Amino acid sequence: MEDINRFGPELALLIAAGLIVVGDVTLPMRGDARRAAPVTLGLAGLAVSALWSLLLIVADERGNAFEGLMVVDDFSLFFNFLFAGIAAVIIFASVDLLEKSRFRAEYVALVLTSTVGMMLMAGTVDLIAIFAALELQAISFYVLVAFYKDGRSSEAALKYLLLGAVSTALTLYGMAYLFGLSGSTNLNDIAAFVAGADSGTRPALVLAAVFLAAGLGFKMAVVPFQMWVPDVYQGAPTPVTAYLSVASKAAGFAVVMRVFVVALGHGLISSDWSNMFAAIAAISMTLGNVAALAQSDIKRMLGYSSIAQAGTFLIGLAAVAANDPQLLLGTSSVVFFLGTYAFTNLGAFIAIIAISNKIGSDQIADYAGVARRSPWLAAGLTACLLSLTGIPPLAGFWGKFWVFNAAVRADLVWLALIGVLNSVISAYYYVGVVLRMYTQEPASEEAFQPSPYLGLAMTVAVVGLVAVGLYPAPLLDASESAAAVLG
Amino acid sequence: MLTLAIFLPIAGALAIILLPKEEEHRAKVIAAAVSAVVLALVAFMFLDYDRDKAGYQFINSTTWLDSDFSTLRLKYAVGLDGLSLPLALLTAFLGLISVLISWRIELRPKEYFGWLLVLQTSLLGVFSALDFVLFFVFWEIELVPMYFLISVWGSGNRVYSAWKYVLYTFFGSALMLVGILTLGFTADTFDIRELARIGDIHDAIIPTWAIFTLIIAAFLIKLPIVPFHTWLPDAHTDAPTAVSVILAGVLLKMGGYGILRMSLSIMPDVARDASIWLAIIAAVSILYGALMTLIQQDLKRLIAYSSVSHMGYVLLGASAIGTVGLTGASMQMLTHGLITGMLFVLVGMVYDRAHTRNIADLSGLAPRMPFIAVMMVVAGLASLGLPALAGFVSELTVFLGTFEKHEVMTIAGVIGIVFAAGYILWTIQRVFWGAPDPRWESLADATAWWERGPLLAMTAAIVAIGVYPAVMMDLFESGVTPIAQRLG
Repeated sequence: MEDINRFGPELALLIAAGLIVVGDVTLPMRGDARRAAPVTLGLAGLAVSALWSLLLIVADERGNAFEGLMVVDDFSLFFNFLFAGIAAVIIFASVDLLEKSRFRAEYVALVLTSTVGMMLMAGTVDLIAIFAALELQAISFYVLVAFYKDGRSSEAALKYLLLGAVSTALTLYGMAYLFGLSGSTNLNDIAAFVAGADSGTRPALVLAAVFLAAGLGFKMAVVPFQMWVPDVYQGAPTPVTAYLSVASKAAGFAVVMRVFVVALGHGLISSDWSNMFAAIAAISMTLGNVAALAQSDIKRMLGYSSIAQAGTFLIGLAAVAANDPQLLLGTSSVVFFLGTYAFTNLGAFIAIIAISNKIGSDQIADYAGVARRSPWLAAGLTACLLSLTGIPPLAGFWGKFWVFNAAVRADLVWLALIGVLNSVISAYYYVGVVLRMYTQEPASEEAFQPSPYLGLAMTVAVVGLVAVGLYPAPLLDASESAAAVLG
Repeated sequence: MLTLAIFLPIAGALAIILLPKEEEHRAKVIAAAVSAVVLALVAFMFLDYDRDKAGYQFINSTTWLDSDFSTLRLKYAVGLDGLSLPLALLTAFLGLISVLISWRIELRPKEYFGWLLVLQTSLLGVFSALDFVLFFVFWEIELVPMYFLISVWGSGNRVYSAWKYVLYTFFGSALMLVGILTLGFTADTFDIRELARIGDIHDAIIPTWAIFTLIIAAFLIKLPIVPFHTWLPDAHTDAPTAVSVILAGVLLKMGGYGILRMSLSIMPDVARDASIWLAIIAAVSILYGALMTLIQQDLKRLIAYSSVSHMGYVLLGASAIGTVGLTGASMQMLTHGLITGMLFVLVGMVYDRAHTRNIADLSGLAPRMPFIAVMMVVAGLASLGLPALAGFVSELTVFLGTFEKHEVMTIAGVIGIVFAAGYILWTIQRVFWGAPDPRWESLADATAWWERGPLLAMTAAIVAIGVYPAVMMDLFESGVTPIAQRLG
């Protein structure tokens, strides 16, 4: 029973997903009730899941489950809340899209199963379980990306599927090496082995780290595993793009933190993978930002920007490797940044969904004069873009601030400097969109409003990023206790 | 109490936003009431400030961001000392005046007065912040209301001017942020008092002079100095009157205050070495600004360029790195705020009536608007530096403080004063006492209480400081003495 209790947040979502799919084909509902049922059930499932996570905290039910396959700790609980929140916002943002579709139930169910996959990615400490969770999340996403079933959406899905398969294979290779060396799939056993390993095993460990980083780099969407990003971001339905850019990326980072910090954090090769991540970070930031400068499609621009942002998160990971307090500082800075990024990027994508729905285009050029037609949406998008740039007092500023803090303390000042310079580059294209909305003449003067669901989701995101910007302490505390688990 | 004064305007702005549409005419009443309370609070602190004790007083301090894994602490810490208190008083004073002279704003009044109040919060915050990151946050918040105030309620090429203003400031802020982060992470604190105690740090990743340059760049752009001044005439010309008043009266002082509080006080060693460069930049700004006034066609641009010139004295005084020079510099900030603020109020009134600011078109206005004319002469004479008016004291002190240290630059500064001020007087003479023009027959004088009140209050302040400068001077001196000692 204890195991089931600890699995509760995921279980609630699985049950909700099952009910949605089964109910859709069996229940004799018609009309509005039928349309509303999947969304309502999905949100209810997420609410129950979040409540269950809360109960786990209140009852202090932290601990292992299923013979150590799964773990409930502050780290997994942080991500439980994060993913449940993101999924709820995504479902809200998808209501308009679902109005036009026959496959509402399937869509919502897939969002829920992918959430389960991501929660497990953050909440498992066994390579096999991590792999299963990765696949659950990935397969759900393959279908979601193809949801439109038009040429571009299908192409995006195929591309995502093929590259995803390769990355899965790479991850599996890396895991196989770790298992072969240590004789265990449990991260803590591997950590014990690595801590006591002699230098002869170093090449094999480095190889394993490289394979794992490559496979998971696909999920994190960092250079050089980012090729799929622009096309998939552009082709997928925009809510799915938002979901990919925030949740899938966060889940990738969660796994990387678990595997690298717990299993490979102490001992032989920690400085090797730190250097590797530092290099990937520098390249991702720079290439992502430079490529974003040249984009004319706003979804592609945000795709490249998300690559650059992922590079900034990696600064924190690279800062992990130095001595012990840095380990936690670096990890906590990444967790904190993931939290701020969730608000910011979700807000940006929701604004884009709302605006693009009305102006019928994703071209940045068509955003001219949006401020005059829809002042609140334009103001919201501006807040999100400025937060992505890292301007105080918005959430994104603190994310960058804390990551740079970790880098400077780990003697990675060069990396922090590259990060700051990249923020300046990124200001050019983020602020460019703002400029276009505020200073150029609109194509038509017709005013428009976001739909109530989008408006609500948008408000949540913007209020969140301003609140965290003004008073970051609670989120920082939460990320620090999450990171403390990995120490 | 200080925290209350800082955040009361934001609370007022929220109240205004929540007003129903049909009640929007109450926005100005709320804004005026809130500004008056803020002024009362700051005035009370001004009187309550213990001048014998000096140092920061009215401190409110609490942890803002705290980490288990890092020794770094960010604080919400505010306080006022002899340097910042008069500037905070100036902010609150001009804040109320800017609301009053906007009494006739009809276009989207809720947003207008809301933004004016947000602006007050950010400005008071900049002058009171005792944590460098907090300072930066307030510094950046100010951009948002300024952008909207200029681009929506401005005139002429307002959107362009608003963006130019934002981009210039933003560019400086980006440089400053790098400097702040490097400084703070190396020193392991962002507390301004701590940083000042530590003094120059030498083990940073980039040389100390580079940190100094990064941080002072933002302040110099804001001040502004030639050649980064071009945003100023544009922003001034296109901003609505009340915003011009705040811009000239308070916003430029953020730059001067930053130089004294951050650059000189935190990195005294570099500042000593850099002082000659600062003096040269100051002299160039003074002379260039003064010369540029000679060719201006537009009343607002004229005053804007004279501001460039006058703010040069602030930098000149700062470059003296001695108590007298620094006192002069801070006095100059205060008096320039009052005098130029008043000039902008007057020009705004003329523009409201005549709908032109073109100097060549305006002539013989004095018989039509005697009150405005008299006020204009007072402000013009004060700007010229007539003894017994505020401008005289500050400029004299600057020259006294600087002459010893940078002789040539001081002489250049004195020449500048002759140009700019002389030209302003000559312009006033033409505009108000030239041949009467039949086009302006029907113009009315300033008669409303919200027009006369602010002008009389400003005149009173200018005369009071001119006659009895010690009331401010002693305070400033107590504020800059510790800085001068570190530079010593």
